[in-house]
Amino acid sequence: MHRPTKILQSAVIRFAGDSGDGIQLTGSRFTETTAVLGNDLATFPDYPAEIRAPAGTVAGVSGFQIQLSSAEVLTPGDEPDVLVAFNPAALKVNLGDLRRGGTLIVDTSEFDDKGLKKAGYTQSPLEDGSLGGYRVVALDITGQAVRAAEGLGLAKKAAERGRNFFALGLVCWLYHRPLEHTEKWLAETLAKKDPAAAEANRRALRAGFAFGETSELFEASFEVPPAALAPGRYRNLSGNEALALGLAAAAELSGLELFLGSYPITPASDILHWLAGQKQLGVKTFQAEDEIAAICSCIGAAYAGDLAVTTTSGPGLDLKAEGIGLAVMLELPLIIVDVQRAGPSTGMPTKTEQSDLLEALHGRHGEAPVPVIAARSPADCFYAAIEAARIALEHMTPVILLSDGTIANGTEPFRIPDLATLPRIEVKARGEVEGFRPYMRDAKLARPWVVPGQPGMEHRVGGLEKEDGTGRVSTDGANHERMILLREAKVARVAESYAPLGVEGAPEGDLLVVAWGSTYGAARSAVASLNARGERVGHVHLRHLHPLPPDLAPRMARYREVVVPELNRGQLAGVLRAETLRDVRSIPKLRGQPFKEAELGDALARHLPAREENRA
Amino acid sequence: MTPPLKLTRKDFMSPDEVRWCPGCADYSVLAQVQKVLPTLGIPREQFVFVGGIGCSSRFPYYMATYGIHGIHGRAPAIATGVKLAHPQLSVWVVTGDGDALAIGTSHTVHALRRNVDLKILLFNNRIYGLTKGQLSPTSELGKRTKSTPLGSVETPLDPMTIALGAGATFVARAIATDAAQVQGLIERAARHRGAAFIELMQNCVIFNDGAFDEIAAGPRLVAEHGKPLIFGEQAVALDGLTPIAVAKDDPRALIHDETSDLMGLLLARLPRTTFPPVLGVLRAVSRPTYDSLFGEQVAAARRTTLQTVLESGDTWVVPERRA
Repeated sequence: MHRPTKILQSAVIRFAGDSGDGIQLTGSRFTETTAVLGNDLATFPDYPAEIRAPAGTVAGVSGFQIQLSSAEVLTPGDEPDVLVAFNPAALKVNLGDLRRGGTLIVDTSEFDDKGLKKAGYTQSPLEDGSLGGYRVVALDITGQAVRAAEGLGLAKKAAERGRNFFALGLVCWLYHRPLEHTEKWLAETLAKKDPAAAEANRRALRAGFAFGETSELFEASFEVPPAALAPGRYRNLSGNEALALGLAAAAELSGLELFLGSYPITPASDILHWLAGQKQLGVKTFQAEDEIAAICSCIGAAYAGDLAVTTTSGPGLDLKAEGIGLAVMLELPLIIVDVQRAGPSTGMPTKTEQSDLLEALHGRHGEAPVPVIAARSPADCFYAAIEAARIALEHMTPVILLSDGTIANGTEPFRIPDLATLPRIEVKARGEVEGFRPYMRDAKLARPWVVPGQPGMEHRVGGLEKEDGTGRVSTDGANHERMILLREAKVARVAESYAPLGVEGAPEGDLLVVAWGSTYGAARSAVASLNARGERVGHVHLRHLHPLPPDLAPRMARYREVVVPELNRGQLAGVLRAETLRDVRSIPKLRGQPFKEAELGDALARHLPAREENRA
Repeated sequence: MTPPLKLTRKDFMSPDEVRWCPGCADYSVLAQVQKVLPTLGIPREQFVFVGGIGCSSRFPYYMATYGIHGIHGRAPAIATGVKLAHPQLSVWVVTGDGDALAIGTSHTVHALRRNVDLKILLFNNRIYGLTKGQLSPTSELGKRTKSTPLGSVETPLDPMTIALGAGATFVARAIATDAAQVQGLIERAARHRGAAFIELMQNCVIFNDGAFDEIAAGPRLVAEHGKPLIFGEQAVALDGLTPIAVAKDDPRALIHDETSDLMGLLLARLPRTTFPPVLGVLRAVSRPTYDSLFGEQVAAARRTTLQTVLESGDTWVVPERRA
């Protein structure tokens, strides 16, 4: 039988199941296939903090969402068109997000009394009519996977594990994705460790695809043609991978060796994992005994001449505060990467937030200014890492680079640059002994970087206040004040190196959206929608949070209202109020989830001056 | 071969004024270090001294070498970073009982168990001096200090036990004012490949005067490899697992073996009711250093270019669009 193929511009698909069901794996396999087919895409893995929460409960539900498109994709999408739910709990947690009229693929194998009870259902949603607004495709996916594995001699439990591959095959059929990439991946990875399991998965994958083709449960299948991306070679990268690659690139562009001193913490650990696997690039990775040792090892490595980086998340940033202060005093180049997560305290470790901004700006005792920058998307993490290194090395200062859980784990296509075309980073290394003083300064007010091993320039640095120029210990009050002003001016001069601030949407008008970090996609989409409706709204997305770009305040002056959407209680909005004396408005969100495009669009519309009188 | 270096003590004296209290044993250790370093055949610019916070941790300022005065307790972590970034350097940590065994215990233990090629000098005066006289983790039970006016109810840590327990490959102890012994140990530590830990027992003339008078005055038990463990007219022996004191010419007297893992621990744990604290080298063994293993992994890895790494994995090409 032949069913029609519908051509779509974009689609949003979410896989959801127990955290032990291989949801992230299923999502990433579908993503790789989609990427290679040439769609633009963005993904959003959303998983619980527990490695294996009680099976079948809502606490243990793991999700993976992807938006694929033949046009530019800026976010993982608001509402899934297709939801694959592997158990009742996954259905319960995710159904509310599914687009009305969307397709719901349900594995019925756990919709028995026990499974329903664990999810908190009193009766089966498959039978009580509550799914009337959706196209429901309910089948025993687990049973199908077991049947596909017959004859391989696998235990039932092991055979059941193929169910995610059955579902993957089915969704691949539905969206015209070939299976060859996944089969190749199985052959190259799992087949080497467990050939029978790999074969079971391969068969389940094919069975799922065949099921879509032969069953009459679907009215149509969908094609999402390739996107018109800029020409070049691409690969799909998560933010953490891109950040790690960016650090390696920064080392190459500066001619330095890369030293990473880090302590494991969610969601930053993948940067450590990735770089630990790059010894062939000469990368040195040191897993320290704690967060403090991690940054202190970096201070030592920086003093000894490496491009030193420490990676962490909020709780780790707390612990590194004293070390950052020491690096401020020593005026050594150092990168501190904070992959933000929902706080305070342990908070929600696997959920996202942008609530460390004020800590990054101010979270140290004494006057201890530090440049702070932020990455805005997974692929952008590559360039953000290079920019952090450029500032650290050219200005001899610690730099804080903010990422967050959304972009750290989310993925998007990354256009692979030719490294030879990227600008080199200037290093302050000094060779000549004559006239050397440890705290002499260049035009940027940066001090020279003299690495141990050079005769004639032996010098001591330390946390005690430095005498201007000589760097000797000084408790003179006038000198202290002068040094504070010098360190402040040095950081302020970083702003002289910025490219002009870009603006998207209306270059002047009623409302300016100033945003930073992972809100980029939602903000840009929401502003584009408002522009399409004729609203005079502009969007500035800040790379540099300290010092702020000098052209920001003049840009803000061109709009009647300024609003900052951010995943915190209004931290940047407060900074902008203090810095510009403008009545900057705030759109805060603290639900552990990024802004949805529609949600942000509605919120921005409420801030349009013309609608002032309608505001609650 | 480069010609032999003609370095003297003066070459290691920094122009900065030394600001320890008059009579402090820190001066003596500084002098011994400045005497030994020129004899090692290592150029001055290859030395890095790292301190934490406390009186002893100001040491780097007084050396005319490269140096870092760090933050409280973290000197071993800073020094580890220096060594990993630049393995040819001779990296020294100068720390105190509060710095290394209270706020920085973990870094001390981890540097030792990793066997990072660091030389750690722990100045133990059993008191917090720079903060003006509070209890330290090595202060004795019952000790009256500003923070324990009724006497300490804490059992002190023994630095030797901590170092040996962490698997340190060179562990030694001296009385800080015993110039000859201090010099000898500093030289051995400098030549040791791996983490070397020396406890220097010393007085604090201001806040803990007479801290080790008892030990300095009494018969000393100095462990020497291959020789019986004698103190005064007595020697250390074992009755089963119980250490006993026997006459110094008793055939049961234990012979020191610094290469034995257990001997060092036994000596560190000798009951103070019967024995003075053991001085000298308690353990000196060879084990690959962390920095050498770390460097070998990097060196042995297949070299490739970052461009190759960037272009690896599943990639695809978006062609130039036709006009």
